[in-house]
Amino acid sequence: MSAAPAASIPRVLAVGWWFHLKMLSRSAFNGILQILWPLFFATIAFFLYGIDGDDRTLLYASIGASVMGVWSAVSTSGSGAVQRERWQGTLELLVAAPVPLASVLLPVTTAMATVGLYSMVTTLLWGRLLFGIDVSIEHPWLFAFSVPATVLAIGMLGFLLSVTVVRYRSAWALGNAFELPVWLVSGFLVPISILPDWVRPISWVLAPTWGVRAIRESALGGHPLPDLLLCLLLGTVYLLVGVFAAESILRSARRNASLSLS
Amino acid sequence: MTVIEVSSLRRIYRTRISPWRRGSREVEAVRGIDFAVERGELFGLLGPNGAGKTTTIKMLITLLLPTSGSARVLGHDVVEDPRAVRRRVGYVFGGDRGLYERLSGLDNLRYFAELYGVPAREQKARIAELLELAGLAGREKERVEGYSRGMRQRLHIARGLLHKPEVLFLDEPSIGIDPVGARELRTTVADLRNAGTTVLLTTHYMFEADELCDRIAVIADGRIVAEGTPAELKSRVGEGSVVEVEVFGDAGSVLPALRALSGVRSAVVEERGHSEVIVVRAEPGAEVTQGVLGALDGISLGRVATRQPTLEDAYVELVESA
Repeated sequence: MSAAPAASIPRVLAVGWWFHLKMLSRSAFNGILQILWPLFFATIAFFLYGIDGDDRTLLYASIGASVMGVWSAVSTSGSGAVQRERWQGTLELLVAAPVPLASVLLPVTTAMATVGLYSMVTTLLWGRLLFGIDVSIEHPWLFAFSVPATVLAIGMLGFLLSVTVVRYRSAWALGNAFELPVWLVSGFLVPISILPDWVRPISWVLAPTWGVRAIRESALGGHPLPDLLLCLLLGTVYLLVGVFAAESILRSARRNASLSLS
Repeated sequence: MTVIEVSSLRRIYRTRISPWRRGSREVEAVRGIDFAVERGELFGLLGPNGAGKTTTIKMLITLLLPTSGSARVLGHDVVEDPRAVRRRVGYVFGGDRGLYERLSGLDNLRYFAELYGVPAREQKARIAELLELAGLAGREKERVEGYSRGMRQRLHIARGLLHKPEVLFLDEPSIGIDPVGARELRTTVADLRNAGTTVLLTTHYMFEADELCDRIAVIADGRIVAEGTPAELKSRVGEGSVVEVEVFGDAGSVLPALRALSGVRSAVVEERGHSEVIVVRAEPGAEVTQGVLGALDGISLGRVATRQPTLEDAYVELVESA
């Protein structure tokens, strides 16, 4: 017998992502929420912007509503998922495994973000079928690239949140607490230009702000590339901060005995 | 070769008294313990609930940082080199938790095989081998939520063995399992030891420790109060007899009188089903039965028996005197 060979991190990430996605698909409650949430968001958005009657405005609103669904899935379910790991006693087993903590947390939130991707498709379909919105896309290639980039960046933001859940038992509530403010501050429903000036810097450091702008610009026409790059850059920053913070947070959790429930 | 070396290991838990006020309460769960486990040994950490067994294991498998002292597993410091320790050890705990209930046993094993770096081409064969060992072959595609407690525990063991660990930590693995399941589990643990795996087992079941362990450390209130082979521990109370008296009434009130009797080493009350039994351990050569019955005058008595001491007697005496 000898030491286990070092695990391949890309494999751990891929297998973990599939594992958590499979687990999410087994929960009827989660499934229903994921189906209903985006439809609620989309309906509200269509009625808010529907007065105008302009198809492009409605597409603007439906894109915002669809990204809301992605963020909601990641912020509330992502941090709750890590708390569930603690509750079911698997968090300790994940920590006891010889892989970096980040590599077991990342798949949890990216799986959530993937589920959120569904909400994007549903919202656009809902708008097309029920409200007859024209969903023609100006820059299809950039749109096709902006959507997964935004989903991934939101997943990274969720990953940052999940790292704090490892250390603080009640940090899962942060996900719920941040859900609505990020909707507003990232300009999902209303343009950030109408928000007070002091809010702007907060919007700028949130990747969803740039992600939703990139998707809108590629759908409605414009220059989505700078927004897309900023979204990816911020997502990378979240990833790096999360990876570096995870190890020191884990050490703190080991010192403060916060990995288990008691 | 020593594979686990524990020296002056301490762990204090600090909990905030209130979220609104400064200050914390301290509980010293492990109070400076020392022990060593040799390669291939099955070492038992025996103690009551709250004695510090799980805290000790969690420090050794790197889930908790010690407050002071040191611990090395396979030559690696648990504080300085946690990943090296994690790659070489397995951890299994008792109870229902620690599994992904919504997924199958096979899914659970595949995921942990990946986390422990079991090469992809070896995973299938290794998992099949462990499913066979755990008696779960044929049931591996069912969701864990439908497994019995015994099946879950066997799945835990299979998970802990995926990467062929050199040292296996078993934290009260038989808790809540029916007698047949517990016996099978003991057979599995004994087989692992026979195959060369070093095992550190915590339990509060005497017969389990007696049957399995090469050496035992009795831990009480965060301190190791005795260490030795089961035979050595038994020999501490090996001379002298034990008197057991079934009582119906306030048994606790007579204990001081019993302990004051000449020739009595200890007296405790044990709950056995619906009745209480006073267990009196006598000094070698002392005849205490008459004195004990005299002290119990006025209390309704049931069965009275005299027997030779067991490991449990040694354990109770050690824990009581700690």
